[in-house]
Amino acid sequence: MFDFKLEPREQPAKIWLVLSPLLALLGTVIVGFFLFRLLGKSPITAFTTLFISPLSSLYGITEIAVKAAPIILIAVGLAVCFQAQVWNIGAEGQFTLGAIFASAVALVFANINNYILLLLCLLAGIVGGAIWASIPAILKVKFHTNEILTSLMLNYVAVSLLNYLVRGILQDPQGYNFPESAPFSEFASLPSLITGTRLHLGVIFALMATLLIWGMLQQTFFGFSVRVIGASPSAANYAGIKSDRIIWLSLLISGGLAGLAGACEVLGPIGQLRPFISPGYGYAAILAAFVGRLHPLGIILSSLLMALFYVGSELLQIKLGLPLALAGVFQGIVFFFLLAGDLLIYKRIVKSQ
Amino acid sequence: MIFTNILNDTLRAATPLILAALGELVAEKSGVLNLGVEGMMLVGAASGFIVASVTDNIYLGLLIALVAGIAIAFIHAVLTITISTNQVATGLALSIFGSGLSAFIGADYVGQIITGLQPFSIPILESIPVIGKAFFQQDILVYLSIILVFLVAWFLQKTRSGLILRSVGESTTAAHALGLPINRVRYLAVLFGGAMAGLAGAYLSLVYTPFWAENMTAGRGWIAIALVVFATWKPMRILLGAYLFGGVSAIQLILQGLGVDISPYLLSSLPYLATILVLTIISRDATRIQLVAPASLGKPLQKL
Repeated sequence: MFDFKLEPREQPAKIWLVLSPLLALLGTVIVGFFLFRLLGKSPITAFTTLFISPLSSLYGITEIAVKAAPIILIAVGLAVCFQAQVWNIGAEGQFTLGAIFASAVALVFANINNYILLLLCLLAGIVGGAIWASIPAILKVKFHTNEILTSLMLNYVAVSLLNYLVRGILQDPQGYNFPESAPFSEFASLPSLITGTRLHLGVIFALMATLLIWGMLQQTFFGFSVRVIGASPSAANYAGIKSDRIIWLSLLISGGLAGLAGACEVLGPIGQLRPFISPGYGYAAILAAFVGRLHPLGIILSSLLMALFYVGSELLQIKLGLPLALAGVFQGIVFFFLLAGDLLIYKRIVKSQ
Repeated sequence: MIFTNILNDTLRAATPLILAALGELVAEKSGVLNLGVEGMMLVGAASGFIVASVTDNIYLGLLIALVAGIAIAFIHAVLTITISTNQVATGLALSIFGSGLSAFIGADYVGQIITGLQPFSIPILESIPVIGKAFFQQDILVYLSIILVFLVAWFLQKTRSGLILRSVGESTTAAHALGLPINRVRYLAVLFGGAMAGLAGAYLSLVYTPFWAENMTAGRGWIAIALVVFATWKPMRILLGAYLFGGVSAIQLILQGLGVDISPYLLSSLPYLATILVLTIISRDATRIQLVAPASLGKPLQKL
């Protein structure tokens, strides 16, 4: 079929390790060029709107940070899971439970008039996400149930639960029957970092979590175990690394971080509990984790890129009338090109005789 | 009458699950795990609906959905088979991409209504009391899905090509030693999976609820993947599992119809909870699952 064949390299090609993300971006731009032409829009205008406009105002830049914060928080946790070969796909549900728990605390203890309330809300969010992640953990450890399917099913259950609660006990009694909770008090709200923007403390949490996870992976026995499993599951088994502990810890960490992200979202930019609290952060974070090559620093960059696609697509919707779903399309395309780039890293293309 | 309606809705709700699960089963039998079923279904649902509403031809819509499913599956095939990328990661990305792509192409069609594929009656059989109207007054895809299950079962067990497909999935090294065209077999299996998923998606947007809405598959692609495990990779058992889940979906509607005082939002989580429960019961015996799963599932071919 082809007149060339692929030979595995003995060592990954370092140069392509650096160049392939750039090539992936270039490939995405080329596909985007044809896509915009097909839609009858000027590619130049579209790309300026997508990539340049968000970066040319303080508001645009802070909006990227606002959208990147939950993606970073979730993706860093997922990277721990994925490195340990634990396929947690339930971050969207864990995010939702975090938001529900944080909102419940904010509403029930609304009479606490100092920032202890905020702290309680954030902790509740972490607990909520961790509880939701512990379900696939229990099922995997006790019954060997596939965590991909269980964690994913729980995303749908979480949305049902959210819909039920914002129309039930968490609904605002004075809210004219809208499916929304009462707005949170000042002491249950994340303070804004720059006045006039939506930039909130969650961004700081995201950076702190990245540093913490990086340190943990590098310095602790747990981190060492995770890296061994990532390199060779059979070697980890041989070395007596207890896989049950790894499954539990990685799911609790990632669930807790996703829960914190959910809490930050309702306590910060949204300010109340609503039926729609995520444009798919839990799924975008899966891509961000892989595009960032499961490395904490790579994840910050890839999350910023995913966030740029969200903000840029919002602008494309306003200015050129293109559907908002364009963000998801671009997020996927970047990922596919990056995977295709692995070919250059791990294989050598040779002409067959 | 209520019983007839439950049966009728069970069969219809099960049909997209049967199609998607059957396609995934064939792909997995060849050793390729494709977690992109949800994404392929969504693209099938959106493209099928668009074509059917523009051309006013349901069958053309179904055909295009099938082709679109193949096109999306092709991405997975190139990446996982030719480039040997991680099958789990690639499949997940395919689902996310499919969700975005379908929402994008379908954006202008949200809220449009078409006349869906109509059921037709099989004479004489449809007059059997209670079950007649449920079983023999269905649309053509309900019957087709059942026929396909038998065809795939026959293909895998009784034909030479089926044997080759299974041996590629059981042991890539042995199949390679025998000189079997591993990559070609896997490509065909993955593309068949895409065709079935595309058709399954179009069943939802053209027959089951004839409209298009973002993410309208609502996790059915994932339930289909769970069904393959439930069926322990045996085609005939997919029928059993799909009707079980179809029944759970139908129960929701029945309970709501009877005015049972449970929030519809809580009821809508029943199929997902049922999936978790059934998977857990099936998976308890880990060694059994390992024995029945295709041995090379998820493992790329390392040519030396």
